[in-house]
Amino acid sequence: MANKVLVRQEFKVVGTRPIRHDGTDKVTGRALYGGDFSLPGMLYGKVLRSPHAHARILSIDTSAAEALPGVRGVVTAKDLPRPEEGIADVGEGAVNLRFLSDNILASNKALYKGHAVAAVAAVDAHTAEAALALIKVDYQVLPAVVNVREAMKEGAPILHESLRTDAQGQKGTTPTNIASRIQFAKGTLEQGFAQADVVVEREFETATVHQGYIEPHNATGLWSSDGQVTIWCSTQGAFTVRDLVSQILRYPVSKIKVVPMEIGGGFGGKTVVYLEPLAALLSRKTGKPVKLVMTRTEVFEGTGPTPAASMKVKMGATREGKLTAAEASFAFEAGAYPGSAVGAGCMCAFAPYDIEHGKIDGYDVVVNKPKAAAYRAPGATQTGFAVESVVDELAEKLGLDPIAFRMKNSAREGTRRIDGPIFGVIGALDCLEAARASDHWSSRLEGPNRGRGVASGFWFNIGLQSSCTISVNADGTVNLVEGSADIGGTRASIAMQAAEVLCLRAEEVKPTVADTDSIGYTQVTGGSRTTFATGWAAYEAAHDVLRQMKERVAKIWEANPADVTYEEGVFGVKGDPKMQMAFRELAGKLNHTGGPIVGRATVDPKGQGGAFATHIADVEVDPETGKVKVLRYTTVQDAGKAVHPSYVEGQMQGGAVQGIGWALNEEYFMTPGGTMANTSFLDYRMPTTLDLPMIETVIVEVANPGHPFGVRGVGEVPIVPPPAALANAIRRAVGVRMTRLPMSPGAILKEMGTV
Amino acid sequence: MATKHHVVTRVNGEEVEFLCEARHSLLEALRETLGLTGTKEGCLDGNCGACTVTLDGRLMDSCLVLAVEAHGREIQTIEGVASPQGLHPVQQAFLEEAALQCGICTPGFIVSAKALLEREPNPTEERIRWWLAGNLCRCTGYDKIVRAVVDAAARMAEVKG
Amino acid sequence: MAIVYIPALMRGLTGGAEKVTVPGSSLRQVIHNLEAVYPGMQARLLQGDDLSPALSVAVDGEVVRLGLLAPVGEQSEVHFLPAMSGG
Repeated sequence: MANKVLVRQEFKVVGTRPIRHDGTDKVTGRALYGGDFSLPGMLYGKVLRSPHAHARILSIDTSAAEALPGVRGVVTAKDLPRPEEGIADVGEGAVNLRFLSDNILASNKALYKGHAVAAVAAVDAHTAEAALALIKVDYQVLPAVVNVREAMKEGAPILHESLRTDAQGQKGTTPTNIASRIQFAKGTLEQGFAQADVVVEREFETATVHQGYIEPHNATGLWSSDGQVTIWCSTQGAFTVRDLVSQILRYPVSKIKVVPMEIGGGFGGKTVVYLEPLAALLSRKTGKPVKLVMTRTEVFEGTGPTPAASMKVKMGATREGKLTAAEASFAFEAGAYPGSAVGAGCMCAFAPYDIEHGKIDGYDVVVNKPKAAAYRAPGATQTGFAVESVVDELAEKLGLDPIAFRMKNSAREGTRRIDGPIFGVIGALDCLEAARASDHWSSRLEGPNRGRGVASGFWFNIGLQSSCTISVNADGTVNLVEGSADIGGTRASIAMQAAEVLCLRAEEVKPTVADTDSIGYTQVTGGSRTTFATGWAAYEAAHDVLRQMKERVAKIWEANPADVTYEEGVFGVKGDPKMQMAFRELAGKLNHTGGPIVGRATVDPKGQGGAFATHIADVEVDPETGKVKVLRYTTVQDAGKAVHPSYVEGQMQGGAVQGIGWALNEEYFMTPGGTMANTSFLDYRMPTTLDLPMIETVIVEVANPGHPFGVRGVGEVPIVPPPAALANAIRRAVGVRMTRLPMSPGAILKEMGTV
Repeated sequence: MATKHHVVTRVNGEEVEFLCEARHSLLEALRETLGLTGTKEGCLDGNCGACTVTLDGRLMDSCLVLAVEAHGREIQTIEGVASPQGLHPVQQAFLEEAALQCGICTPGFIVSAKALLEREPNPTEERIRWWLAGNLCRCTGYDKIVRAVVDAAARMAEVKG
Repeated sequence: MAIVYIPALMRGLTGGAEKVTVPGSSLRQVIHNLEAVYPGMQARLLQGDDLSPALSVAVDGEVVRLGLLAPVGEQSEVHFLPAMSGG
């Protein structure tokens, strides 16, 4: 399908589709992921987890486990430094550190089923597992609360006696599960609703879902006798692992090296640590390297799902279709410790629209579930589902085309968001226009029980710090070293940006993801930042190489460096067309003319530019079973500039399908006592090949002025629109308005009145 | 007392012997004992397909097969798909169609897709989707994987042609 | 003077005002000057000598990366927003 191109720059490498540098290793099974790593003499670790969702830990007796032949060491929370000790700041910092530490190994209370309470290292995994059964933990079981609305009520079981609501810097006075409350307000809400001819108000809920990466968490740790700690693991951020392990173990960062292995999916769930501190602790205790790998059940029960949400949205519009006011309340489950993405969810909720009067309330609430972690555009999918459903209902009530209604109210450059700031150059309207112009939108959808839905979504994207070095090889190629875990082709998209600057082919730039001792500080591969920020670091490092190469040419030619030019891969001198030297030729001369050349750069950019997407979904609902079949699906997204369009499409398709799974199937089925009843991929059903059609893509390119090539992050926003697009399609197919995710067959039959 | 079983089998065309405990899965033997870590571990309960291999030509989740069951059988893993002459057309198609992102599910998909194309050289999209439904991918949404299999079928037909 | 947008739940300190103007060429100066006019503001925005980790600050629409050192222009808009992470 024709992509809408608004980028004016001309490129040679950026925008092409080379084969990714790490591809061959990944199609031959040679690429080494964390689970594939081993060391001589390595022990295997296993984690004992709480069988209760909420319980006081009265005592832990590890003696029988330690006595089992083959067991080499056992650790509990007693082996972790007390967070309060030796910390200057005994306020918030200590509390947060205690939470961080307690989530690795529970000290006084287990706060969710699956909460780690002890870990064992043994000669093999089976022995370690047998040892877990010999650890005696005396629990005093407490009442659990596993739903956000219940947790907010007076008299609900309290998870943390010390927790007080933080209302934008002001602390509450009584114990509570509401960790924080935020509010955004713009204009005068009453006035906005008074101007409205139509008002729609609805309540929504979404279930807890998991990121669902196929590779389980893993970590291998080696605590050497000289005090140096090395951790090999699959993570979105090696430096983040280093920082967190340092904080949890109160051990200097300089003594910790994290080696990022290949990573089998993360989606936000591998931006935190679970096993890494345990691998280090067990290695310190046993003197041997120790490897831990989670089972799938452990991944579901012990690692960050995304928050369930309880939401209320009210919006008003005039008869002519102008939105006048928007009000929302979003309560998110943070899991056992504070820190859901409710803030981002609030800020993204109404971002696609220009609305004069608005108010948004957000609540971060602890419940007896695993601590929530980031999941692709964290917070935006939940709130987007609610808002885009209400927007659709307004369009329906007003008798307006859903895309035309969205276009009439679309955010654009200069629009002030409800959370305050003004948008720069954005592609919100361009995505809607491209969706309207798409083949899908103009096609006819006929037949009973079929419907078409549309929804938009927004995600901020983030910038953060990245480092890159580029060294020039004598054969005219370059080696590029960076610190961003490559989860989906970023070695290629980063190398391509350096190649563009250096006038090389993508294959002539050889990228390596380095460990934390070998590259400058680089933050997580997350927030759709890697191609944007690490790519920018590569761009700068390449320019640093060129600057030094120009100086070298000047030296060789005895010319003024300022007069040296570089075009189409050839150095020259202004005013003397006879003087020419190819990049490769100069590269071959470096060692004899002053030594090797290494370019370097670190960046901490702002200006990442937000990403918008609009999706179109056609569905057919089986009125007998309630099953929703996705007949056709189109994703439209502003990529700024698509560096490697195939992998941009891949992000759009993959994000959309995760959103489809979230919308239609996925859910933690919790017993009232707080046990997840579906901890396998059989029962936690993610989309398979059979559940889906091809996912059509339309890349819109509204250049981001905040990046030298106009790049915007692309990874996250495609997960935002699917739930509402599908809910809106279901509404048109069978007339019911679904307000709870997942929209499973049973839920749809219930709404249709069939059961 | 001997606690291990002696298994003689063929892996990727070569005879292999190893010792294993009765409780060891074939996946464990491949990865831990034989060092063939291209076969991935995703769920250990037969639901994700990352550990797909063929056993006497039949697709299996190797986490659901005991290592001792490999005795006297013929196993094919991802490590045996490419040859010294180069990549298999399915592998080449996955590369060119960008049919992988994180890559953890890729070996399983390639082993499955190759098995399909050896049986049915020209499958429809529907048939490909049916065949690959036992392999989970969380990154791609499957679109480019399905395209890669279609593309691989065409490449293989060309080679035969 | 910079235009500072006050987070909704802190507007009690500004008598309900959604935005106020204060002088300052860095974020540190802006917060200091804000405190002088609206006592209590600083305690809500800072933790120790640094910006509260719960907050991020946008100056002229872009989230700043320099913390309290971030430059603030004569006509700049300053927003205090929740800190965010990505997936």
